Amino acid sequence: MDDRLIAETVTITGADGAELEAYAARPLNSSPRGGVVVIHHMPGYDSSTKEIVRRFAAEGYNAVCPNLYTREAPGAAPDDAAATARSLGGVPDERLVGDVAGAASYLRGLDNANGRIGVIGHCSGGRQAFLAGCSLDLQAAVDCYGAFVTEAVPEGFPMRVGPIGHLAKDLSAPLLGLFGAEDKHPSPEATAELEELLKQAGKEYEFHTFEDAGHAFFAVDRPAYRPQAATEGWKLILDFYARHLATV
Amino acid sequence: MCTYLTEQIDITGSGKGAAGYFPLTRAMVYVDHPQHAPYEHTVNVDFLNPAQGPSARVAVELTEEGALALIEALRKAIASAPAGLASERQGQPA
Repeated sequence: MDDRLIAETVTITGADGAELEAYAARPLNSSPRGGVVVIHHMPGYDSSTKEIVRRFAAEGYNAVCPNLYTREAPGAAPDDAAATARSLGGVPDERLVGDVAGAASYLRGLDNANGRIGVIGHCSGGRQAFLAGCSLDLQAAVDCYGAFVTEAVPEGFPMRVGPIGHLAKDLSAPLLGLFGAEDKHPSPEATAELEELLKQAGKEYEFHTFEDAGHAFFAVDRPAYRPQAATEGWKLILDFYARHLATV
Repeated sequence: MCTYLTEQIDITGSGKGAAGYFPLTRAMVYVDHPQHAPYEHTVNVDFLNPAQGPSARVAVELTEEGALALIEALRKAIASAPAGLASERQGQPA
């Protein structure tokens, strides 16, 4: 069995033709396979996100994570870049969609690509994964506790994000949603609202809400980590991608 | 939860970052996930100089208790010195 991987920094073309730094990992095996775009969380293009990219490669997918803060903070440490992006109001939705499109195009262009693309994001990235699924032609989308998909944005909100539940009708891919019952953003009420919108639009989705888990239960280096929910969550993600990204 | 909420103010002074001292021009305060402190949420303060780039940053992650105690201590220290001693127009109250 050939289980060799390569993980490296590459340059991809994002929204408006911008050159973006990205972290890519892929199996060296030449048989065709699906690709996964990993959207990093608000704290940035960090080591834990890169680890997720490598995990997908180890599981047999080509994976890439664009540094969404390349424009504001090229070469900066992830935490400094995240602070700069925050001070500027975060990543605009339109730009995010263009950056994910560029990442998907990079994956589709790899020699061993089967043309099927999934997207995944945690926290702010969860919302952005849903947004990408509603804006681009993708084959699978995974939203891990993305907030402000359906919820009204609090008053005085400085970030350039708003509710995007109304886009559910445009969702191009099956959606897997993984949430914590103790999370406040998104709350179980908010995810139920999203579920209702998907149902109304006749979209394919699977939602799982884990008891005894709150926000960020996948984050192994944070107190929010819930081994049971995270282990089960990873299983669900891999099963979902196996069904939707397989070579047909 | 991610609050996203962010307070930003102009400030004047200096801070010491990874590359030594630099002038501070902005501060950003938000209650959200810390990068390092072993808590789910903390009061995060970034002292910045955007003109010098993203790395011109002094990052502080405090518990609510620590942040409130710091506010008190700042007020107390300022009150115990002659008014305006540390103001921008040194010696004249702000």
